[in-house]
Amino acid sequence: MRQRLHFFVLLLNVFLCAATACAQSGGQLRFCLGAEPKTFNPLLVDDDASDTVRYLTGGVLVRMNRVTQQLGPELATAWKISPSGNAIHLTLRQNVRFSDGTPFSAEDVAYTMQRLMDPALHSPTGDSFRSGEGKVVTQVAGKNQITITFPKPIVGLDKLFDQVAILSSRSPRKEMAVLGPYYVAENKAGSYVLLKRNPNYWKRDATGRQLPYIDSVRLDIQQNKDIEMLRLTRGEIDFINSLSAEYYDKLATQAPKMAFDAGVSLDSEQIWFNQVPGAPLPAYKKAWFTSMNFRRAISASINRQDLARVVFRGHARPAVSWISPANKFWFNAKLQPHPFDQKAALQFLARDGFRLQNGTLRDRDGHAVEFSVITNAGNKGRERMATMIQQDLTGIGIRLNVVTLDFPSLIERITRSFNYEACLLGLVNDDLDPNAQMNVWLSSSENHQWNPNQKTPATAWEAELDALMHTQASTLDQKKRKQATDRAQEIVWQQEPFIYLVNKDAMSAVSTHLRNAQPSVLRPQVYWNIDQLTLGSGGAKGR
Amino acid sequence: MKWVRRSAIAFLLAVAAACVLADYVTPADYAHQFRDVPDAASSPQHLLGTDALGRDRLSRLLYGTRVSLLLAPAAALLSSVLAALIGGAAGFVGGWMETCVMAATDLFLSLPWLFLLITVRAFLPLNVSPIVSVAITFALLGCLGWAGAARVICADARTLCGSDIVLLARASGSSGFRLLWRHVVPNLKPVLYAQFWISVPVFILTEANLGMLGLGVAEPLPSWGSLLRELESFSSFSAQPWQFAPLFLLIVTVSCFHLALRKEELCA
Repeated sequence: MRQRLHFFVLLLNVFLCAATACAQSGGQLRFCLGAEPKTFNPLLVDDDASDTVRYLTGGVLVRMNRVTQQLGPELATAWKISPSGNAIHLTLRQNVRFSDGTPFSAEDVAYTMQRLMDPALHSPTGDSFRSGEGKVVTQVAGKNQITITFPKPIVGLDKLFDQVAILSSRSPRKEMAVLGPYYVAENKAGSYVLLKRNPNYWKRDATGRQLPYIDSVRLDIQQNKDIEMLRLTRGEIDFINSLSAEYYDKLATQAPKMAFDAGVSLDSEQIWFNQVPGAPLPAYKKAWFTSMNFRRAISASINRQDLARVVFRGHARPAVSWISPANKFWFNAKLQPHPFDQKAALQFLARDGFRLQNGTLRDRDGHAVEFSVITNAGNKGRERMATMIQQDLTGIGIRLNVVTLDFPSLIERITRSFNYEACLLGLVNDDLDPNAQMNVWLSSSENHQWNPNQKTPATAWEAELDALMHTQASTLDQKKRKQATDRAQEIVWQQEPFIYLVNKDAMSAVSTHLRNAQPSVLRPQVYWNIDQLTLGSGGAKGR
Repeated sequence: MKWVRRSAIAFLLAVAAACVLADYVTPADYAHQFRDVPDAASSPQHLLGTDALGRDRLSRLLYGTRVSLLLAPAAALLSSVLAALIGGAAGFVGGWMETCVMAATDLFLSLPWLFLLITVRAFLPLNVSPIVSVAITFALLGCLGWAGAARVICADARTLCGSDIVLLARASGSSGFRLLWRHVVPNLKPVLYAQFWISVPVFILTEANLGMLGLGVAEPLPSWGSLLRELESFSSFSAQPWQFAPLFLLIVTVSCFHLALRKEELCA
C-alpha cells in the first residue's frame, strides 16, 4: 500500500514538474505595434514602436518597477549620486555579455554616454540629460566602476538611466548587440519584427534558471484597432497594451478575465485658450481668453463627471491639475477637481462684466460669446468630449463651434500660425518626475501651448510658475521639490491656463494563457516585466 | 418596370416628407444628449436607440437625411450648371478652347480629391456655425465636382455641332448664341439631367466619406456621413443592429435615385 502511495506521489511530482517546465519555457509571444519602428538604434528612439523594441532588447543600468514605482538595479548593482547632484558613480554587474558574446564593461557605459550626449546625434533620450553648457565626463575605474559627471546638477538623475540602453563599444554588430532579454532576429518591413531570446542575458530566476522564459516575441504591425481586438479574441495575439474604454467594455462583456483596468493613468486630456498676443484674433476675444475669470467660468461649466462616465464609460477620472493622481508621490492631494457649477460660472463671468441676455452670453461691449475649439479629426474620444462641452456651454449662453482638423493642420495652427481660439488635446506622460514637464510649464518653452516662447513671463503667475519649476529642477532636496511642485499645481489649478478635463484609466487586454502579467498604469503597461512572463497552453495560434 | 420607378419615386417622396416634417415627428431634438442612456438599445422612447452621447438616433437620422438630401441636390445642381457652361462652351466653340478646357478637366480629374478637400477644409475659417459649415462642405463639393460631367457634355456638344439638326439650323441662318440657346442646349438637356441625378448620390457618398474622416458636417448637426461614422467599429455590429439604419437608408435612397431615372436619361 505504502509502495503504491510512493508511486503516486512520484508520478504527481513528475507531472507537476513537467507542467511547470511546460508553462515556464519556450513559445512565442505575439502582440501588435501600431506602426513600424522608425529605428533600431536605442539612442534615436522617438516613437512608440521603436520604444517597444528598445524596451524589449535594451539592457539598462537601472529599471523602474512599473507597479511599485521604485527604482531597482539592473546592469548597475549599486549607484550613488554626488552631493552636488551633477555626478553619479555606478558599480556594474560582472560577467555580463552582449547578445553576440562581446563582454560588457564600464567602457561600454562610457561609450554609450559619449554617443548619447553627442550633439551631432540629436538623441531625444540624450536631451533629458542636458543640464547646461559643457561636456559630460566619464571616468572609468576598472572594469566595473564608472563615474559620469554632468556640467550641472540634474534632478532625478538615476531615474533617467531607465531609458538608456547600453551599447557595445567593441561589437562589430554595433547597436544590434544588446544586453536586454531579446535581440532583433528579423525585421520584415511593414509586416513584423521578430525578437529572439538573448542567449547571454544575465538575469536568472530564484531557481537559477536563465530568463526570459519565452523564446521569442513577434511584433506584428497592425494599425487597425478593430482587427487587433479581433486577433486577440481569436487567440492570434497575446495582449493589447493599451485599450480604449469602448474596446475595454466590449472585452469585459465577452471575456472578463482578459480585460484589465489598472486605474487612472498619467495621461490627461485638456482644453486651452489661445493667449498668444500676436494671434490673429479680435482684441475682445483675446481679452476673454486672458481673463482668469473667463477660464474659470468655462471650467466650472464643464461636467467632468459626465465626460468620464459617457465618453470614457467610467474608465476615467475628472482631472485636477497637471500631475495625475496616478503619480503617487508628486500629486498634490489637497486639490480637488473643479465641480460642475454653472451658477458659479456665471458669477465668475459677472466679475468681468459678462451678462446673460435672452439665453446668449454677452461681454461688456455687447459681443455675443462664441468661439471655436479645434481637435484632431478621427479621435472619437476628443470629438465626443468637445460635443459634450458644446452642450454644457449652452447652459451659460455660450456658442461653441467644434472643428475637427487633420493633425498636421492642427499642429500648424497651434505652433506656427496661432490661428485658433481654443484647442482640445491630450498629453501623454511617461515620466513620473515633474522635471519631465519643464518644457510645458516654463514660459520660455515652445510647448507652453497657450502662449509659447515668451521672452519674459506675460503674467505674474507665470513668473511664479517659472520660479517654482526652476526651484524644483535645481534642488536635490525632495521636500523642497515637493513643496515647489505642489505650489505649481495649485497655481495651474487656480489660473487654469490648461483646463484639465479627465485622466484616462490605463486599460489593457491580456490573454488568459499569459502568466505573471501585472498590468500597470505606467508604460509599457503589460510587458514591463517581460523577462518574467510565461505562456501556458493554448497560446496564440500559428506559433 | 413602371412600378419599380413609381415605387422608387414614392419612397423618395416619403423620405422627403419625413425630413420636412422632422420637427413634428421626431421624439427629441437631434442635439439633445440623454446622458443617462448613452448607447441605448431600441426602446419605445428611442426607436433606433441612442448614440454614444445619448442622442436619439431616429431624430438624428431624420435631420441628417434632411441635410444630406437638401444639400446634395443643391451641390449637384451647382456642379451640373458649371459642367454645362464649361463643357458646353468648349464643345460648341471647339478648337483651342476645347483643348484648354479639356486639359483643365484632365487636371481636375487627376487630382486626389479627398486630400484636396481635407486641405481646403483646413483653410476655411474656424468660427462658423454647423449650418454654415455644412453649406460650405457641399458648396465645395459642387464647385469641385464638375469636371467629369463637363467632359461628357463637351463630347455631346461636339457631336451635336456636327449633326444634321445644327447643320440645318446654320443653313437657315442661325448662328452664335441663338444657335447655342435654341438648338444645342435643348438637345443637351437629357445628358444634363442624367449628370445631375448621377451627381446627387456621388455627393452624398463623398460627404459620407468626409464624415468618416471627421471632416464633413460639424457637430452637433447630423448628416448621413456623421451617422455612418458609428459603423467604423465593426465589432459592435451584432450587438447593435439598429446602427445600420443610416446605411440602409443611404443605400435605398441612392438606389431609388437611379431607379427613378427614365430609361432614356439612363442611356444618356
